[in-house]
Amino acid sequence: MDYATLLQILDSTLRLATPLLLACIAGLYSERSGVFDIGLEGKMLVAAMCAGAVAFYTGSAWIGALAGIAGSLLFAAIHGVTSITFRGNQLIAGVALNFLASGMTVLVAQSFFGQGGRTPPLEGAARFNPIHLPFAEAVKDVPIIGTFYHEVISGHSILVYAAFGIVALTWWVLYRTRYGLRLRAVGENPAAVDTAGVSVKGLRFSAVMITGILCGLAGAYMATALQAGFGKEMTAGRGYIALAALIFAKWRPVAAMYACLLFGFFQALALRPDVVEAVVQFKVPVPFLDALPYVLTVLVLAGFVGKAIPPRAGGEPYVKER
Amino acid sequence: MADAAFAIELKGISKAFGPVQANKDINIAVPKGTIHGIIGENGAGKSTLMSILYGFYKADSGQIFVNGQLTPIPDSQSAIRAGIGMVFQHFKLVQNFTVLENVILGAEEGQMLNTSLAKARSELERLARDYELDVDPDALIEDLSVGHQQRVEILKALYRQAEILILDEPTGVLTPDEADHLFRILKGLKDQGKTVILITHKLREIMEATDNVSVMRRGTMVATVKTAETSPEQLAELMVGRKVLLEVDKGVAKPGEVVLKVEDLRVRDEHKVERLKGVSFEIRAGEILGIAGVAGNGQTEVLETLGGMIRATGKVTMKGQPLPLQGKGADGQSRREAGIAHVPEDRHHHGLILDFTAWENVAFGYFNDPQYQKNALFMDNDAIRADTEKKMATFDVRPPIPTLAAKSFSGGNQQKIVVAREIEQNPALLLIGQPTRGVDIGAIEFIHKQIIALRDAGAAILLVSVELDEIMSLSDRIAVMFDGKIMGFRDPETTNERELGLMMAGVTGKGEAA
Repeated sequence: MDYATLLQILDSTLRLATPLLLACIAGLYSERSGVFDIGLEGKMLVAAMCAGAVAFYTGSAWIGALAGIAGSLLFAAIHGVTSITFRGNQLIAGVALNFLASGMTVLVAQSFFGQGGRTPPLEGAARFNPIHLPFAEAVKDVPIIGTFYHEVISGHSILVYAAFGIVALTWWVLYRTRYGLRLRAVGENPAAVDTAGVSVKGLRFSAVMITGILCGLAGAYMATALQAGFGKEMTAGRGYIALAALIFAKWRPVAAMYACLLFGFFQALALRPDVVEAVVQFKVPVPFLDALPYVLTVLVLAGFVGKAIPPRAGGEPYVKER
Repeated sequence: MADAAFAIELKGISKAFGPVQANKDINIAVPKGTIHGIIGENGAGKSTLMSILYGFYKADSGQIFVNGQLTPIPDSQSAIRAGIGMVFQHFKLVQNFTVLENVILGAEEGQMLNTSLAKARSELERLARDYELDVDPDALIEDLSVGHQQRVEILKALYRQAEILILDEPTGVLTPDEADHLFRILKGLKDQGKTVILITHKLREIMEATDNVSVMRRGTMVATVKTAETSPEQLAELMVGRKVLLEVDKGVAKPGEVVLKVEDLRVRDEHKVERLKGVSFEIRAGEILGIAGVAGNGQTEVLETLGGMIRATGKVTMKGQPLPLQGKGADGQSRREAGIAHVPEDRHHHGLILDFTAWENVAFGYFNDPQYQKNALFMDNDAIRADTEKKMATFDVRPPIPTLAAKSFSGGNQQKIVVAREIEQNPALLLIGQPTRGVDIGAIEFIHKQIIALRDAGAAILLVSVELDEIMSLSDRIAVMFDGKIMGFRDPETTNERELGLMMAGVTGKGEAA
C-alpha cells in the first residue's frame, strides 16, 4: 500500500468516524447520568430524515441541522419521560424508539416525497460542504506532513471539526465543572446527589437532552454531509457501533474518540477490500471487517482488554428509599 | 409560638404511607446544644420522622420550627439551608469519587471545580483539627473503612454549616472502638454548641451518649425523659409497652461430644479474593459458639459454607462423618439431611420468599419431609398448613394465619417463621446468622429463649451476629473473626467488650497467632 492510498483511507476514516463520535459522546452524557440509551440509532435516523427533508425545502444545511436536532430532541424527550419520570425500563424504551424511528422515517419521507422512502438529493448550500483549512494549498507539496495536512486534515465539513471540538469540550465539562461532577455523581449514586439537595430528575433530563442534541448533529451529518439526502435505514447500525465504542472507551471522552477513530478505520477498510487483500495477501470478506467493532467490544466486555465498569446506577430508575 | 431555646421543635407531625400510619401527631422539642436520642423498635417511625425533618418526605400535617422559626422543609435543599445535616444509615457517598469531591457535591462554589476543591481542602483541615475528624481528602471512598466513610458523611454536613446533625443508626456498622471515637466526635460537636439527634435502637448508646431521650412506639411519641433520670429497663418498657427481660436467662452449658469439627476452611470469592483464610474450630453438643466480628470479615462465608450455599476447601466433619465442601453433597438439601438447620443472615434474600405464603415458606427446604407427602406424586398441602399453624402457635407468630404472604408480617414475625421452621426440625447443628437483626425487643427475647432451649436439648449451635451484646449474652464460647481468620477464642464470663472490640479490629491479644 502506498502513502497516497493510506492517506485516502485515513481521510475516509475521519469522515466515517465523525457520526460515530457524535453519537458516542451523545451516549456518554446520557449513560454517565445513569440513563442507558440504546436508542442512539433511532435518534440519529430521525435526525437524518428531518435534516434531509428540511434542508431540501429550505436549501440550507444549517436549518436542516436544526431540524435534525429538533427531531432527535423529541425522541430524547420521550425517552426521558419514559425512563426518568415514569421509571420505565430504559432498554425497552430505547428499543421501542428504535423501531418507531425505523418505520416512521420511511413512512414520512415516502408520504412527502414519494421517492421510495428517500428524501430528494441535496446539492449546494443544502449540504455541509468541505471547507479548506488555511495553508492547505500552500503546503500540499511538502512531503509527508504537508500532504497529510492537505489530504487528511483539511477538506472536511464543519461538523467533522465540530465533533472533535466537542470531545475536548466534553472532557472539560466532565472533569472541570460543577455540572460534570454532578453528572458523574448521579450516574454512580443518585441518592448522594438527592441528599445533597440537587434534583436527580433535573440532572438526568439535562443529560438526556444533550444526548438528543448530539444525536441530532450525528444524524444531520449523515444526511447532509456524508451523503446527500436521507435514505431508508441509512444509519446502518452506527448507533450500536457508537454504543460499542462507548463501552470500549469505558465511558471516557478522549478514549471514546480513539475508539471511534479505530472503528471508523475499520469501516474505511471495509470500503477498500482490494487494499486489505493486497496487505494481508488473502481475501478478507467485507462482513468480517464490518463485524470487527463488535468483536472488539465483546472482548472488552468479556474482560480481555481491561475491565469496563459502567456507571453504577446505570439502567436503574431512581426511587427514594427510606 | 415556639421557643428559640429549641434547635428543633416539631408540632403535630403526621405521615401515612397508604393505610400505614408511620407517624401520628408527633410532638418533640430538642434543646440547643444537646445530644438528643430517639429510640424505638424497628418500624416505630423514627426514620420516617427524621426523613420528614430532612425534607425527604413531606408530612401530611404538622409544623416544623427551627430555632424558634416556623420553617417549612419541602426538600433537602431547604433542610440544608435551615442548618440541618443528616448522616444516613446507608451512606450517600459516590464510591469512585475522592473525599473532597463527595464533600463539595451539591455545595460547590460557582461553576468551576478548582476553587471549590481548594476551599474544601482547607476547610477539611480545620474540621479535622477541631473535631478529630481526620480523613485523607484525596482518598477514594471505596478505599476507606466504613468508620472513615461515616466521618466523610459528618464532614459533608459540617461543610454545609450544619448546626443540627441527625445520625440514623450510626453504630450499626462500626467496631466498638470506632463507635467510641464517633461518640467523642459528637461530644466535641456538642461542646461547640451544635445540636445532635441520635437515632438508635441500642439502649446502651442512649445511656452513654445522650442528654435527653425520646421514645417512639408504633408511630407515636410515648415519652421524652432526661437520660440521667431513666434506666435501660424503663426505656425498654416504654419502647415495647410491657416489661421486658433484657438479660438472657441462661443456665450453665453441659457440652457433650464434638458435633462439628472444622479444619483449615478456605473460601475464595468470584474475584479470586480469599475470604476465609484457614478457619478451624469445633462445636460440641449442648454448646453455643458465637462468632463476633464486624460485618464482612468472613462470618457470612463460614455460615454459607456450612449451610451448603458456597464452595470451599478444607476439612469439615459432622459427628465424625466428613461433609463434602465441593460438588455432590455440598448443597443445602444434603446439609439438611445431615441434620444441619440454617437460619441465614439475610432473611429477605435467603430465608424467605416474601411473595409466597407463610405455609409455603415453612415447607422450604423440607419438601421431601415424609409428613408433607400425600402419596408418591403429590404433596399434602393441608398437612403443611396444619403444621404451619402449629409452629405459629408455638412461636407466637402474629397474626397466626398460614395463608398470609410472608411480606405481610413484621420483621420480627418473619424471623420467627424462619426460626420456627429450622428449630422445630430438632437439628443436631443449628447455624443461625443475625438472629435478631431488624427484630423488635419483644421478639428478640423470645428468639433468644428458643435458641437456649435448643441448646439445652443437646444441639450444637453456631451463632453469628454483629451485635456484640447478643454474642456476649448467648454464647458459651466466643470466636472473634477478622479478615477471614479467627483471632482467638474467649470465655464470655471472663472477657469484656473492650477486649473483643480490639480483636474485631485485628489487634491480637495475649500473643496468639492470628
